Amino acid sequence: MPKMEDPGRPLLFLRGVTVNLGATRVLDNVDLAVAAGEIVTLIGPNGAGKTTLLRVALGLLQPESGEMRLEPKLRIGYMPQRLAVDPALPLTVRRFLSMAAPEAGDRVENALARVGAPRTLHTPIQSISGGEMQRVLLARALLRDPELLVLDEPSQGVDLAGQEELFALITGIRDERGCGVLMVSHDLHLVMSSTDRVVCLNRTICCTGAPLAVSSDPAYLRLFPTSLPGFALYAHRHDNGDTCSTGDRHDG
Amino acid sequence: MDDFLLRALAAGVGVALVAGPFGSFVIWRRMAYFGDTLAHASLLGVALGFALHLNPAAGVLAICAGVALLLLALQRRKRLPGDAILGILSHGALSLGLVTVAFLETLRVDLISYLFGDVLAVTRGDLLWIYGGGITALAALFALWKPLLAMTVHEDLARVEGVRVDLIQSAFVLLLAVVVALLMKVVGMLLITALLIIPAAAARRFARSPEAMAVAAALLGCVAVGGGLWGSLRWDTPAGPSVVVAAAALFAMSEAVPARRRG
Repeated sequence: MPKMEDPGRPLLFLRGVTVNLGATRVLDNVDLAVAAGEIVTLIGPNGAGKTTLLRVALGLLQPESGEMRLEPKLRIGYMPQRLAVDPALPLTVRRFLSMAAPEAGDRVENALARVGAPRTLHTPIQSISGGEMQRVLLARALLRDPELLVLDEPSQGVDLAGQEELFALITGIRDERGCGVLMVSHDLHLVMSSTDRVVCLNRTICCTGAPLAVSSDPAYLRLFPTSLPGFALYAHRHDNGDTCSTGDRHDG
Repeated sequence: MDDFLLRALAAGVGVALVAGPFGSFVIWRRMAYFGDTLAHASLLGVALGFALHLNPAAGVLAICAGVALLLLALQRRKRLPGDAILGILSHGALSLGLVTVAFLETLRVDLISYLFGDVLAVTRGDLLWIYGGGITALAALFALWKPLLAMTVHEDLARVEGVRVDLIQSAFVLLLAVVVALLMKVVGMLLITALLIIPAAAARRFARSPEAMAVAAALLGCVAVGGGLWGSLRWDTPAGPSVVVAAAALFAMSEAVPARRRG
């Protein structure tokens, strides 16, 4: 499997990002970088600010303070957490996908085949299943010909077998295209084998590093007390990457 | 056929052709109450137009555009739920309009014609305004179509893909203000939303694409105008409400059509 062990240029670089929503500080002094060919997964409990951080990275939310650098003219493929199209809007999957690019043509069919949902092409988008929807959303992101894929909970509403397939698909796409991937997940063990680096977030960064290292980090175990390090059966490679620094986590 | 009837038909068809595509977006973007608020504000526009010796249509246009932008700004601030903001502006503007009308002797007399429209009294000047304004609004909607559709499907996704959401949204509500001012003449302020959304809702059952629904809504609107005016003559009923009754009947019939396997 041709993996980029040596991550290339940084596509996305955030430093000291702080975000307040109303009177609540949802992100506090967060650093994040994603390089080409690298899969970075944000994990954290509900309300940890994962989606907020993604929105900052996408330029949808202006942080209170902090520095943000994007590779100039970076093409981003974004897969939102959910898509609820009003039933009053007649829209087939094909039409939905062709919105991503003006000259989509056969590329729509190719992208849909690549994500394994070719049969949904002419189906109204309101009547496809949850698992098909995630694949269709991924296809739309691919149609942007992305250098960076940003995926918000890609396995939402997908059953366990489907989740494994989906993460294998994401890894495969990264291998083919060498694009960077930034994704959010609520469960480390799910993404263990399909991620290069894990960033464990709870308003601030608690720990970061290779998945196996993070899974035994005290800061991680404090956040997810039910996780046992021995549970990480999916990991198929052992990184000697940087160990995670036990966080300067303010109590939250 | 009499001249006034031909003019009424021409005016009705003109606004129905514009209302179809706009009404489709009003439904997709869940803006029915937004349109209603603009419609309620239009009475204030008429009153101010009279008070300042302007064309009432110009008054309606100015007030509706102002209210539309104010609504957008308040909704973006998110201090109150969107429907509460709409309720405040809608009824506040309507009451202000009614109070202002009370000061204007001439308007007080034909208040009913502003509330329910007076399509049989349409003049050549009105027709010019309906067709000029209508063609402009449709051309602008055509230009905005792709980005507006993209942000209707998913706003953040559209933003990431480069759509200037705030700009397009402002342009759309300003165009909606124009459409409200056009519809006012035919169905009156209380029934503007009806002519926007009922033909579009009836068209949903027959459409497989957004464009097909917009075109079908425009055509069904024309049928409703024809049927309504015919009924109005036949039974001597008020024209505006008769058009809306015809549209509602079309909607009921569309619902009665058996469902297709996929649609």
